[in-house]
Amino acid sequence: MSETLFAQYFNEESRPLDFYLKKMGGYTASKKALSMNQDDIIGEMKKSNMRGRGGAGFPTGMKWGFIPKQSAKAKYLVCNADESEPGTFKDRDIMRYTPHLLIEGMVIGAYAIGANHGYIYIRGEYTREAKLLDQAIQEAYDAGCLGKNIHGTGFSFDLTVHRGAGAYICGEETGLLNSLEGKRGEPRVKPPFPAQAGAFGGPTIVNNVETLAAVPYIINRGGEWFSNLGKLEKSGGTRLFCVSGHVKKPGVYELPAGSVTLRQLIYDHCHGILGDKKLKAVIPGGSSAPVLTADEIDVVADIEPLMKIGTMLGSAAIVVVSEDYCVVKLLARITRFYAHESCGQCTPCREGCKWMEDIIERIEHGHGREEDLAMLLDISNNIAGKTLCALGDAAAGPVMSFVKKFRADFEAHIRGGKCPSA
Amino acid sequence: MGKKLLSEKFYKSMEKLESRYPSKVALLLPALHAAQEEWSWLPPEILDEVGAYIGVHPAQVREVASFYTMYNLKPVGKYHLKICTNVACCLRGSEELVEHCEKKFGIERGETTPDKRFTVVEEECLGACGTAPAMMLNDDYHESLTVSKLDQLLDHLE
Repeated sequence: MSETLFAQYFNEESRPLDFYLKKMGGYTASKKALSMNQDDIIGEMKKSNMRGRGGAGFPTGMKWGFIPKQSAKAKYLVCNADESEPGTFKDRDIMRYTPHLLIEGMVIGAYAIGANHGYIYIRGEYTREAKLLDQAIQEAYDAGCLGKNIHGTGFSFDLTVHRGAGAYICGEETGLLNSLEGKRGEPRVKPPFPAQAGAFGGPTIVNNVETLAAVPYIINRGGEWFSNLGKLEKSGGTRLFCVSGHVKKPGVYELPAGSVTLRQLIYDHCHGILGDKKLKAVIPGGSSAPVLTADEIDVVADIEPLMKIGTMLGSAAIVVVSEDYCVVKLLARITRFYAHESCGQCTPCREGCKWMEDIIERIEHGHGREEDLAMLLDISNNIAGKTLCALGDAAAGPVMSFVKKFRADFEAHIRGGKCPSA
Repeated sequence: MGKKLLSEKFYKSMEKLESRYPSKVALLLPALHAAQEEWSWLPPEILDEVGAYIGVHPAQVREVASFYTMYNLKPVGKYHLKICTNVACCLRGSEELVEHCEKKFGIERGETTPDKRFTVVEEECLGACGTAPAMMLNDDYHESLTVSKLDQLLDHLE
């Protein structure tokens, strides 16, 4: 087993500041960073080939580099801890077991971009994790690692936990910013991008929990070291894979980026399919990712390899489906989710998701019509790429891929007038 | 406005939070959470009081509160069961849990028992997919559930 940055600390004992200071070299990276030139920190981040762990995979160093040096308005660093993509549950472990890694990463990030205020926007349901973060933040304040004049350097940074209240769309960064400002979490028109005008109108960087929690390692051991942990050219570090569904050992698995195929994850790390059944389908990157069939899983689970076969790594949330679960029923559930979560701003998404939900549901219940599959593809084509944010694409991708790859299952429902396995 | 319905504790905690944001409107979500903690739901007069405190129109409070599923705009039972039925949980048998609750309490999903003890709702992804099926009972997570584990939990409630 190779070295892990996070997983080895995923237990209750790692949480207190004392453990972090004594066993994990806690807050040595922020001491080092606060004596560095800000451009050099961003340079290390660029060298690290860290790509945002929230789902889009955008290079973090480049993102930090977009922040204007001078700004009349206050700048902000915001941590996206909404973790709302179905299938994803890794950030929860970071927040409840190693909260100080995240806090220290945010201190460094804030210094690098010149922000004196930061927020951790955490999904409302994670009440326990929000409390644990509050406690850890208080510990950091008391130890002089956060707040005024951090480590005696003159740099000040205040950090506040802000709870969401149950809306998938608040994982989208501009929806999140609106929600932080006390509004409905509706995504904004871009540009301006958050780096120009984000939270409260100020230049803002929004990063995922796992991204920020890796920053102390990158500063202490260097961008090059981090980059070399990854096995592909443009994807550094380790990754936290969330595997769920019909595997024998679901959970969070930390492995070097680009080092593992979906088959290895499912059969070696998770010990195969429940009841030793056959594999039917794999959703490789959260419920928004186009589905793969059982014979498509010899692919490296990373950004480019998955993109090449028409799907995405997303938040590295891998949902495994065995042969005896009806894929039509599964797609109906996924589509119901998007119809429920569509914020309603863009007509193609608001109307289209509901139509798709209705059609898939009637197919599932045996009332489908011959022309329904063509209609589903037509609707999904009219959503994808035609909305302000990625929710539209997230709803369309599963529909297109399920219908294309499991067409026979859909046709059997339509022609037989019921679910064949019912 | 008449006598305040929200406690002194509510107002103190909001005052403390105020310095953390450059705008008072940003307190809206935290205020609604704190108000709901005291009232278990958000009746109209509470929404109005929150609006008055923050300095926004009552309609703006409703516009925001109704966007988020965690704010209860209708009364809920003493025990609010939010069972995740999203992708990972449905693969792991969450439907069975919901149906079991419906039968056990004699209500449909989304409803509250006549004695106001239990509300059962289907929830979207709770971010606990590795320990599916999962549910929230009020503020607490319960994971890797089975029908018998759920029964054990429910039968031990007051």
